[in-house]
Amino acid sequence: MKIHIQNGRLVDPANKIDAQQDVFIDEGKVIAVGAAPAGFSAERVIDASGLVVAPGLIDLAARLREPGFEYRATLESEMEAAMAGGVTSLACPPDTDPPLDEPGLVEMLCFRALSLNCAHVYPIGALTVGLKGESITEMAELIEAGCVAFSQANTPLVDTQVLLRAMQYAATFGFRVWLQPTDPFLGKGGMAHDGEIASRLGLTGIPVEAETVALSTHLKLAAATGAKLHVTRLSSGAGLALIDQARAAGLDVTCDVAAHYLHLCDMDIGYFSPLCHLEPPLRSQRDREALRVGLAEGRINAVCSDHTPVDDDAKQMPFGESEVGATGLELLLPLTLKWAHENKVPLIQALARVTSDAAGIMGITKGGHLGVGARADVCVFDAAAERVVTRASLRSQGKNTPFLGVSLPGVMRYTLVEGRVMFENTP
Amino acid sequence: MRNPQLTRNGELQHLLTLDGLPKAILEQILDIAEPFTEVAEREVKKLPLLRGKSVFNVFFENSTRTRTTFEIAAKRLSADVINLNVATSSTTKGETLLDTVDNLCAMGADMFVVRHASSGAPYLMAEHLHATKRDHISVVNAGDGRHAHPTQGLLDMYTIRHYKKDFTNLVVAVVGDVLHSRVARSEIAALTTLGVPEVRVIGPKTLLPTGVERMGVRVFHDMHEGLKGVDVVMMLRLQNERMQGALLPSSQEYFKVWGLTPEKLARAKPDAIVLHPGPMNRGVEIDSAVADGQNAVILPQVTFGIAVRMAVMSMLAGG
Repeated sequence: MKIHIQNGRLVDPANKIDAQQDVFIDEGKVIAVGAAPAGFSAERVIDASGLVVAPGLIDLAARLREPGFEYRATLESEMEAAMAGGVTSLACPPDTDPPLDEPGLVEMLCFRALSLNCAHVYPIGALTVGLKGESITEMAELIEAGCVAFSQANTPLVDTQVLLRAMQYAATFGFRVWLQPTDPFLGKGGMAHDGEIASRLGLTGIPVEAETVALSTHLKLAAATGAKLHVTRLSSGAGLALIDQARAAGLDVTCDVAAHYLHLCDMDIGYFSPLCHLEPPLRSQRDREALRVGLAEGRINAVCSDHTPVDDDAKQMPFGESEVGATGLELLLPLTLKWAHENKVPLIQALARVTSDAAGIMGITKGGHLGVGARADVCVFDAAAERVVTRASLRSQGKNTPFLGVSLPGVMRYTLVEGRVMFENTP
Repeated sequence: MRNPQLTRNGELQHLLTLDGLPKAILEQILDIAEPFTEVAEREVKKLPLLRGKSVFNVFFENSTRTRTTFEIAAKRLSADVINLNVATSSTTKGETLLDTVDNLCAMGADMFVVRHASSGAPYLMAEHLHATKRDHISVVNAGDGRHAHPTQGLLDMYTIRHYKKDFTNLVVAVVGDVLHSRVARSEIAALTTLGVPEVRVIGPKTLLPTGVERMGVRVFHDMHEGLKGVDVVMMLRLQNERMQGALLPSSQEYFKVWGLTPEKLARAKPDAIVLHPGPMNRGVEIDSAVADGQNAVILPQVTFGIAVRMAVMSMLAGG
């Protein structure tokens, strides 16, 4: 289908474009930007006057809950959420049940995703069998099956020798290793950031050192093995400082932050709100500031949603017993825009963190930009409009977000995947 | 943010914590408790304030003393008391906390007295009652995880006021395992709210929570230093499972360094009072010579506890 997106403000960070330019799409690809190609006659014209036209968002962490947790969410429900959120490519962590540690499972997930014909799904393979941290997975086979990187999801790898071997093996092929730094012992039994709030509320603390101790190990082992390390969901300023140091010493390492951590801190737990029970924990105001600044300065490379749909029953529990996580696919753009607005970050730079920079981390070249020949994954949104987050407004099966009732900027109008209009919301 | 334990008019609706509770309400509870202490000495130990009301003691964690004193308090107010030891019933069958609440509401509960191993569980109940428009049902926190044990904190305040009259010229030391203690948190909140000019905590670094100094206390690790010149010593119970491991090497060493002996108590003022929430571990946190000595007010605490719980219950459901 030939589509002409006209009169919009095209913001394409990869190609350094922030200007009023039209986009022309045919056969699922961008065929021209600016002037129409000779003889182009659109079958559909999308009027983007007053709207931003950007590459479809790339989310580095979205749990689709399949296989194994279909009562929490299904590919169908979460794909709909992705479309409503303008997310056209997403990486899903291997903490499914069973974990994504076998090529067959990965193929099945890819096949299921492909048959829905929605967002592009990029599985992250398990680094170790069953995420148990004992033996390494068939990484070469898993890559062939469709994985783009390997991780332990939220399960720390206790045995550092296995970690070293896993990183060596991944480095043999140049595969990416994504690690969420949490020391299994320092964070043991913990529920919230170890600080004044947790102390007052009597919640078992997770000290910042749970992040920095694990991160130091990861950085050292990355340097020793040459593995391409990506640090996922950084939670503290001290963690970011370690990454700065490692980079200064010459290590090529990337990192991301989940969107919630740009806006919330341990104080938001308030009177034990289980919606703020997240992993890693929401840390202090000072940490939140460090993450916001680090992201603005590009020391943090990307923002992800860390989308984790949880059913109501699992959230309506005392804080420490409640399931961790927050739904996020539909809030990735609004929370990124809110941060950009508050920290006076130009839109093009903010969008880079959820498009081109994220694509670079995932190692995909067809998405994350709107240059000629690129996959026509596009989101068109009203950056100025605000919308209140409600249970009804969320398409995700998980209604678990601390932002319920909060007005956030950025209303998605259209989402296109390979030139097909998958979401449409016109006033 | 709505304060979950106060009504829109600032009156007590639930008793969930002493942290952030206005001084006027704390004092009001202590004042109301005062005449209730005499009820125990009457021939007919009953008042009709809660006649026709049903109080459900819902204990998700085992307790004998607290449950019994709540039961006595409710019965002296003429309430019908139903004891549920949930630790051995529904939840082991997989029922959620809120399902239990709904079921008990259907049985006509007017008040829940709840103990739970998880910090914040009574908040979840109060929030649920509010969300389902059952604000007329009150929740009294009888101890949640490490978070709060407000009636214990209140009875301690009652005891201190009984012996010392005025809070504003006292030095009070809280001694022991503050980290795991809901009692300590409620005591510290109440003492600082009632205007005690110096609240100290004494214990090893492994048993003091991060940022405890920001709760308005002075931190000591040495008993001799920390007890110097204090008017009130509030001992905390050390749980058996914490006596040896990564937090402490042994109960013997603990007693040697932090156990309250007559020698250490001699550092306090001569008329200092010693409190303990019970049950005591003699020879671990407290020497028998102190526990049974003339400074100890541990048994009066228990008696006052009933009056204070009567005061709380009558304020919540007696109106």
